[in-house]
Amino acid sequence: MLTQRLLTSDKGGMLVLGILALTCILVPILNLAVPESSPLHVSTFTVTLLGKFLCYALLALALDLIWGYAGILSLGHGAFFALGGYAMGMYLMRQIGDRGKYGDPLLPDFMVFLNWQELPWYWHGFDMFWFAALMIIVVPGLLAWVFGWLAFRSRVTGVYFAIITQALTYALMLAFFRNEMGFGGNNGLTDFKDILGFSITADSTRIGLFLASGIALMVAYLACRYIVTSRAGRVIVSIRDAESRTRFSGYQVESYKLWLFVFSAVLAGIAGALYVPQVGIINPGEFSPLNSIELVVWVATGGRGTLYGAIVGAFSVNYGKTIFTTFYPEAWLFPLGLLFVLVTLVLPKGLVGLLGRFTRRKASKASEEDTP
Amino acid sequence: MIVTTTMERLQVLMRLCSALAIATLVALSTPVLAQSEPASATFEQLVNEVAQGSLSKRVDTVAAIAALKHERSADILQALQDGNLKVTRDDSERVVIETADNQILDAQTSEPITGTDLGRLKRIPIHNKLRSQLHTLLAQLNLSHPNDEVRLSAVTRLITDGGDEQTATLLNELKSDEQNSRVREAMDTAIALYQLESENATERLAAVKQLRGSLIPEVRGPLQERADYDSDKDVRIEAQRALDSIEGRLKMFRLGENVFFGLSLGSVFLLSAIGLAITFGVMGVINMAHGELMMIGAYTTWVIQQVFPNQIEYSLFMAIPAAFVVAGLVGIAIERGVIQFLYGRPLETLLATFGISLILQQAARSIFSPLNRAVSLPEWMSGSLQINPAFSITFNRLYILLFGLMVFFALLAILKKTSLGLKVRAVSQNRPMARAVGVRASWVDALTFGLGSGIAGIAGVALSQLTNVGPNLGQAYIIDSFMVVVFGGVGNLWGTLVGAMGLGIVNKFLEPYAGAVLAKVLILVLLILFIQKKPKGLFPQKGRAAAD
Repeated sequence: MLTQRLLTSDKGGMLVLGILALTCILVPILNLAVPESSPLHVSTFTVTLLGKFLCYALLALALDLIWGYAGILSLGHGAFFALGGYAMGMYLMRQIGDRGKYGDPLLPDFMVFLNWQELPWYWHGFDMFWFAALMIIVVPGLLAWVFGWLAFRSRVTGVYFAIITQALTYALMLAFFRNEMGFGGNNGLTDFKDILGFSITADSTRIGLFLASGIALMVAYLACRYIVTSRAGRVIVSIRDAESRTRFSGYQVESYKLWLFVFSAVLAGIAGALYVPQVGIINPGEFSPLNSIELVVWVATGGRGTLYGAIVGAFSVNYGKTIFTTFYPEAWLFPLGLLFVLVTLVLPKGLVGLLGRFTRRKASKASEEDTP
Repeated sequence: MIVTTTMERLQVLMRLCSALAIATLVALSTPVLAQSEPASATFEQLVNEVAQGSLSKRVDTVAAIAALKHERSADILQALQDGNLKVTRDDSERVVIETADNQILDAQTSEPITGTDLGRLKRIPIHNKLRSQLHTLLAQLNLSHPNDEVRLSAVTRLITDGGDEQTATLLNELKSDEQNSRVREAMDTAIALYQLESENATERLAAVKQLRGSLIPEVRGPLQERADYDSDKDVRIEAQRALDSIEGRLKMFRLGENVFFGLSLGSVFLLSAIGLAITFGVMGVINMAHGELMMIGAYTTWVIQQVFPNQIEYSLFMAIPAAFVVAGLVGIAIERGVIQFLYGRPLETLLATFGISLILQQAARSIFSPLNRAVSLPEWMSGSLQINPAFSITFNRLYILLFGLMVFFALLAILKKTSLGLKVRAVSQNRPMARAVGVRASWVDALTFGLGSGIAGIAGVALSQLTNVGPNLGQAYIIDSFMVVVFGGVGNLWGTLVGAMGLGIVNKFLEPYAGAVLAKVLILVLLILFIQKKPKGLFPQKGRAAAD
């Protein structure tokens, strides 16, 4: 019954989920079981790259949920991603233990370097995974709740909301750049050794992280799908299309928006937490407003308001970026900027919309042929 | 033994000489050039004599030159002190001055000597005694120099180096005839500083009272010493009081300085936000490429300086219209090419213009290299206006403040008084109605956007005078500019002015307590909270225009 509700009339979603599931099965096999000499072998580098893309896709999914369905454009979603990443980074830092360069059993290297004597209070507890995992959800969620409560309550919408979320991530970036904040300043957190007792550089750990990201993405997709097909989901769409009318019909517009925003921020935080062990570093650059805005373009390119479009967009834009920067490492901003302009002008429904138009035209042609 | 006797003799001679010099100086303390005219015949002789004879004779000659009070006496002594006074090695033994840029001047007339080869020059030697004599004589000569600035700097030097009894008496004599109040004040300070060391407690007390409220930094050390160690209780109390009053005045001027720096930062905000106030405030277009239009203006300045390397002084006057035109044209191109298809879809406009900003940034990086370019400051922009020792204003910040206000009022005039302004307001208030009465709305849109972009270009010219010009120049200001516009109230130019200046001042006042970065973060947080309270800004639009 539930699967029926989630997946019927979602052909695109089923297709994307199928491909994801297939990738999650095939890639580990091709990486671990197939010998390196074989042309079918998937290198660990590719696994990590794909794992990164999966995290990006999860982040894009989180943004599409609020932008595509509630019409809330957040230009600061990178902040929640980075906060989740920092929470994970702190856990990984504590796991280093006395294997750091300075060999201090308690303090991470950068604190020893800054001549700090004791661990700041907010670093306590991060040596336990369950606590870190809790924080990955609580910190972005709490920030989103406070911020969203303030913003939605005073009916900050549309462009204003976009700009203040951008200011939020900008402010956080400036703050995290400061050494005094106790998050490693400019260099961020890095030199991780192991996660849950597994060495972070081992192939099997990489596969594990890849699988975790893939499963998280699929579960998150189904959860988002559950939300948007529910009654509340329909209220959310109606808020997007006619906010005042929904309010006058007696719905509490603010609380719908707020909880959706918090949920989306939590998803972004989880994406960040899965991202950090795979790339091995988290620094304040992740808070940069440019990252958040690039994220918006993934969703726009894929097609907003479809959920699976966000996943398609995240994969295609990032794949394009990887290819492009290999050949012209300096000039990535040209195609990225062009993509912004073209998608908004020519492809308002994104790649998914383009495909949909194509298949629909085919279908209508076929039906035309049938009728006479 | 012989050495000491020579030294003693020299010292006696020195004292005689300075006494003689002072006596003459006092006699001639009203500087009238005509008086020194008849003596100028001997001035030339004396200049020639400097090179001759022994060192002890030179001491006499130098004193005589000083005593003449010839208008060029100070030059000769200065040159001698700096080792620039030289003599030719041939028989004529002409005395010349070699300037820092290797120009040879005739010491007697200060005319440059060209053409004739003088051969190798010999520096006229001086020794320590002569050097300190020169120091005192120069100070004394300069103290009665007809030029106010020279006198002032001579007194200032006495304050820093400390004076002896003779200079104190001399200053006392000169003070009564001093016309310039600033010089007189400095003289009072110098005398009081000397009297601070007096044996007599009443004199010290008077000196302390004199120094009360003085802002000259050299005063504080000796006063502190008096306040801590003076044998007389009254002097100690009075010195502490004087120090407190100095501290109070310093605090006041520091406040003034903070306000000025705040206004200066505010003027930068104003310049960057004012173009946005048009495109965003009046037209409702979110232009994320606004910062890059500023960058274009800044690069225009740089290019103009490269094309006319000899006209740095005037480059800004060329750059301002050029930047306006270049940035304005780019703006019109953006409007015609992209934005006109997106009216009424603000979020899409935001994304598309963000894409444009990325393209422009990368273009700057590809054309001008990712490195920062330094735009040179014209002579008249550098330097500072010294109001008193504790408070000075740099010219570039002052001019940019004035320039920002000028641009603001010019824009206000354009919007209020010209027909374009009328059409802009008409279209922004009621587009269909404006079209109905024959306004070409799309054409007005393009021009309005061009105007806003052109002003961004002008802001870039001003910014190029404050920071380095690089591809990321615009990014640093875009969020601040939006904040200013939102804070001041969208669609209200006065709000933009108040918002910019207010944010600038708050920023500068937070900085000492929180540090530059944290101040910025605090401001952003405060603004976010402020928007909660007043979502429409400080000065919300009223009436029909407010309803969108």
